[in-house]
Amino acid sequence: MRTALLASVLALACTPGVACAQDAPQPQDPHLARNLAATCANCHGTGGRSVYEPLVGQPRVKLLQTLDDFRTGEHEATIMHQIVRGYSDAQLELIADWFSGQQKN
Amino acid sequence: MQRRNFLHACTAATAALALPCRAFAASARPHVVVVGGGFGGATAAKYLRMWSEGGVDVTLIEREQAFVSCPISNLVIAGLQRMEQITFGYDLLQSQWGVRLMSDEATAIDPDRRVVRTARNGEIAYDDLVVAPGVEILSAGIDGLAGHEDRIPHAWKAGAQTATLRRQLEAMPDGGVFAMSIPRMPYRCPPGPYERACMVAHYLRTHKPRSKVLVLDANADIVAKKALFQQAFARYGDMIEYRPNSTLLAVDAATLEAEFEFERVRADVLNVIPPMRAGRIATLGSLPLINDAWVDVDWLTLGAKGLPGVHVIGDAIFPAPGMPKSGHMANQHAKVVAAAILNALAGLPPNPTPVVMNTCYSFVDDRAAMHVVSVHQYDADKGQLLAVEGAGGLSAAPSDAEGRAALQWAHHIWADTLG
Ligand SMILES: Cc1cc2nc3c(=O)[nH]c(=O)nc-3n(C[C@H](O)[C@H](O)[C@H](O)COP(=O)(O)OP(=O)(O)OC[C@H]3O[C@@H](n4cnc5c(N)ncnc54)[C@H](O)[C@@H]3O)c2cc1C
Ligand code: HEC
Repeated sequence: MRTALLASVLALACTPGVACAQDAPQPQDPHLARNLAATCANCHGTGGRSVYEPLVGQPRVKLLQTLDDFRTGEHEATIMHQIVRGYSDAQLELIADWFSGQQKN
Repeated sequence: MQRRNFLHACTAATAALALPCRAFAASARPHVVVVGGGFGGATAAKYLRMWSEGGVDVTLIEREQAFVSCPISNLVIAGLQRMEQITFGYDLLQSQWGVRLMSDEATAIDPDRRVVRTARNGEIAYDDLVVAPGVEILSAGIDGLAGHEDRIPHAWKAGAQTATLRRQLEAMPDGGVFAMSIPRMPYRCPPGPYERACMVAHYLRTHKPRSKVLVLDANADIVAKKALFQQAFARYGDMIEYRPNSTLLAVDAATLEAEFEFERVRADVLNVIPPMRAGRIATLGSLPLINDAWVDVDWLTLGAKGLPGVHVIGDAIFPAPGMPKSGHMANQHAKVVAAAILNALAGLPPNPTPVVMNTCYSFVDDRAAMHVVSVHQYDADKGQLLAVEGAGGLSAAPSDAEGRAALQWAHHIWADTLG
């Protein structure tokens, strides 16, 4: 009962473009994507708005491809190959969803 | 999310779950007080305002007038950057994000009454408190040191002592000895002392090539990026001499002699980094400590164990296994705590799967740097944030490309923290 209610509350809190609790097998934090994306901000700017390597507004497919290329070594990197391996595929998808869903300014 | 939605979410969740919506019961707007505007506290203040879209009031209590960055301060000591380049105001936190800055010293925490006492502004009431005081430097443990930090600076909090150490190096004669004492782990920024040794050696090789850099380490070995630093030291020929298992007992500020367990050293510039523990406000008695030094926290909320409403982040906490005391990590703690506080205010449980990551770049000369990086995921069974195996790692070697990346990293984290 409590869980069902909680899930519906979380679902209410979903915003367009962000993966929602009802997609996941277990109730998931409504701000999970935002929180995960914020772990990138130290190097890519708050909200991914860096002038060097901006992530904000990049198409989801392109972001996921780049991240996968870092993982396989296809895309040369000083550090990103070691970072992407710390996140699950599902987490990287949430991150890509979040950055692609944000306005550039 | 708009502020209205944020407030609405609270009411809806509260009604549905019969969870308390503390702040709204007490007053119109929740008030979060943050003690300490360093990498942890400033980031927490900003993200609380940003993620709530202004829905919570945030007061940041900071005793210093300006934020002086420890990262890159070793380049100032080497004469490669200026103090102004690592010094920042708190104005953007106020103008851009609406953080209320209180220039004051927090003197005590009363978790029962939910107030922080201050030196000049009396008691400040909070709904949630974030304590981010960094470290206290324990000079008193080394005989002869306390009160002589001008003559024997640690420069382990960037600021006046950074400039002092720079001046002392400039005044040092060619052929002189720069000696540095490193405390036993855990201390703030594990690779920092070894980076400093390289940066000082870089300056001396360029300007005073007959000089010597003595690195006296209380640890049994180099504690971070060992192989990389051994190679980096070797670049300076026999200028850098590394001596492990060197515990400092006493110093003489008049003669600049240092007495270690097994030897005496005389230096022209003596840089003693004393042992440290959580910033003083955290060790005054109200917070739960481990080893009488670091605050025991719950990793989902960064809540001080057993103290509802009190959160501690940054260098002051007892770290999860393999988690360094770094600015990068303090900034990441801040985002976990901001999310947890806002969830609680909205009647939601904390995010059950927080993630944090760390990066520390170290310069080895005026151009090249190298990194160590790790990603830490929450392990529900252990109740800890644990480094993901197979992820993270080190640079293969220092490079100029990473030297550029390190400076970009610094600019990004300063902006993410303060602006
Ligand atoms: C030489 C050196 C190099 C470093 N390089 C790096 C690096 O490259 N990368 C990296 O990630 N980290 C680096 N670090 C580590 C980093 O500086 C610290 O880990 C980081 O500052 C910790 O953040 P914090 O918020 O916990 O504490 P701090 O940044 O120290 O902030 C604490 C703040 O609280 C204030 N304060 C404390 N008590 C009170 C009180 N009672 N009332 C009011 N205000 C109070 C202090 O004035 C201070 O501003 C380095 C450190 C050093 C010394
Ligand atoms: C320590 C700093 C750091 C962190 C943290 C970091 N990155 Fe990066 N990122 C870099 C650097 C440096 C590059 C350039 C490639 C390289 O050298 O690794 C880069 C490149 C990228 C690129 C390619 C940019 C482009 O347009 O070509 C993407 C995408 C990216 N990062 C995504 C992320 C995501 C997502 C996260 C968080 C999970 C993240 N990064 C966290 C430093 C960082």
